[in-house]
Amino acid sequence: MSIDYHIPPPPDQTVADPAAFAGIVIEGVSKSFGAKEVLKDTNLLIHKGETLVIIGRSGEGKSVLLKHIVRLLDPDSGKIWIEGEEISLMEPAPLMELRKKFGFLFQGAALFDSMTVCENVSLMLTEHMDWSDDKIKARACECLAQVGLVDSDDKLPSELSGGMKKRAGLARAIVMKPRYILYDEPTTGLDPITSDAINELIIKLQRELGVTSIVVTHDMASAFKVADRMAMLSNGKIVFSGTVDEVRTTDHPMVRQFIEGNAQGPLGAF
Amino acid sequence: MERFFEKIGHKVIVGLLNAGEGTLLLRSILLQTPYIWKMRKEVLEQMHVVLIGSMPLVLVTSVFVGAVTAVQAVYQMQSLVPMKFLGVMISKTVFIELGPVLMALVVGSRLCAFYAAELGTMKVTEQLDAMNIMAIDPVRYLAMPRFWAATLMIPIVTIFADAVAVFGGYSISVMTLDISSGVFIEGLQMFYKHSDILGGLIKSVVFGSIIALSGIFNGFHTRGGAEGVGRATMTAVVGSCLSVLVADYFLAIILFQIIFKK
Repeated sequence: MSIDYHIPPPPDQTVADPAAFAGIVIEGVSKSFGAKEVLKDTNLLIHKGETLVIIGRSGEGKSVLLKHIVRLLDPDSGKIWIEGEEISLMEPAPLMELRKKFGFLFQGAALFDSMTVCENVSLMLTEHMDWSDDKIKARACECLAQVGLVDSDDKLPSELSGGMKKRAGLARAIVMKPRYILYDEPTTGLDPITSDAINELIIKLQRELGVTSIVVTHDMASAFKVADRMAMLSNGKIVFSGTVDEVRTTDHPMVRQFIEGNAQGPLGAF
Repeated sequence: MERFFEKIGHKVIVGLLNAGEGTLLLRSILLQTPYIWKMRKEVLEQMHVVLIGSMPLVLVTSVFVGAVTAVQAVYQMQSLVPMKFLGVMISKTVFIELGPVLMALVVGSRLCAFYAAELGTMKVTEQLDAMNIMAIDPVRYLAMPRFWAATLMIPIVTIFADAVAVFGGYSISVMTLDISSGVFIEGLQMFYKHSDILGGLIKSVVFGSIIALSGIFNGFHTRGGAEGVGRATMTAVVGSCLSVLVADYFLAIILFQIIFKK
């Protein structure tokens, strides 16, 4: 017997003038891979200075959405505006300049395995800043200290544990003092204590650097801890957006099923 | 039957698309070449991989290529051609054909597999994406140094291989085939032309660029996990070997029937 769930209409995530919006505007973005339509006319607003957590089941397109923001993927249709600039048609040179404003923590950290931790962290400075070697090293060490990796600067990524890799990835992400930090599953695969340490780091960086953060996760403990606002992605669309308290108290059946981890509900089990 | 033609058509289209994308990659690499001085550390590291890393392989391969050429030449020439022509036969075969082609196949396969596997692993572990987000162009940072290292170093490896192969042929001829040292060396000098070595070197430069391009292209286009890296490596090596052999034919016509023809 099928149950009819009352699904509220999706939240309005549009603005009248995206060019005048201070944060990030994702406007009607669609993306397919072969026959699979991952994003369907997706709209999302990310306000300046907030930590937005995007939740949703695995394979719903959260990471795909994140990669569109830095144009690692191009949308089939739709537009993305960052601080009033439309990035979909941006030429390579201004796109590279724009990317310098971003830090990105990958799910697997994506450290360059032929380089030491310190070289990984300092690479962006070496490439983009006309600094002396000493100044670059000092900044890299400062970032490694911020994530608690002071004694690991000369280690190779293969010598690090999963949590240390994530922290090294985070140090690399903040080395250029970015305005935006994107986190792709920052706590996946980590033990609860290391996960909490990563969450604390995200909050600490948010407070110290005042960045706009977008966190993609399905770890609800992490989401509740770091979020200012949460948005839920399901079936290629943002179906819910609200503060942490609103998420806790909402009767939206999809959100309830997700945060309670029920197999029964409108999201289905498989 | 219809399905068979559909498959053939699909493969042709994929092949043409890859050729087009490979050409675009070559264009990007050439556009990044002005930054070669800035990237000199990476270029030198890659040159070291090609030159020093390949030496044991080159040494063993070349000695035996020279030795086999000598044995085969003596067998073919006996009672038909005087042995004073043995040196010229070995040197011309090695300089024009065996040196450049065998080095492109042996050293090239090693290098091509290395590039494809290394860059393919970087692709599937999102290291290339990380580089892009860090506003570092992977073509400038990874492809351009590898391309020029292979293109410039494969000819040097080939010169070394030519010398070792001729020495191998000489040693076997003198030690086991009853050819005197003087007869062999006289033969070496007999019909020597600079264009033989130059032609072989021009071939090596082209082969080096084909090898690098195949490895880099397949590495950058790797999809999936470990299986994808394996498939990319296999495709890169097969593509490189086939391209080298096809290019060898056209270069032989251009170099020895048009440019160096008296």
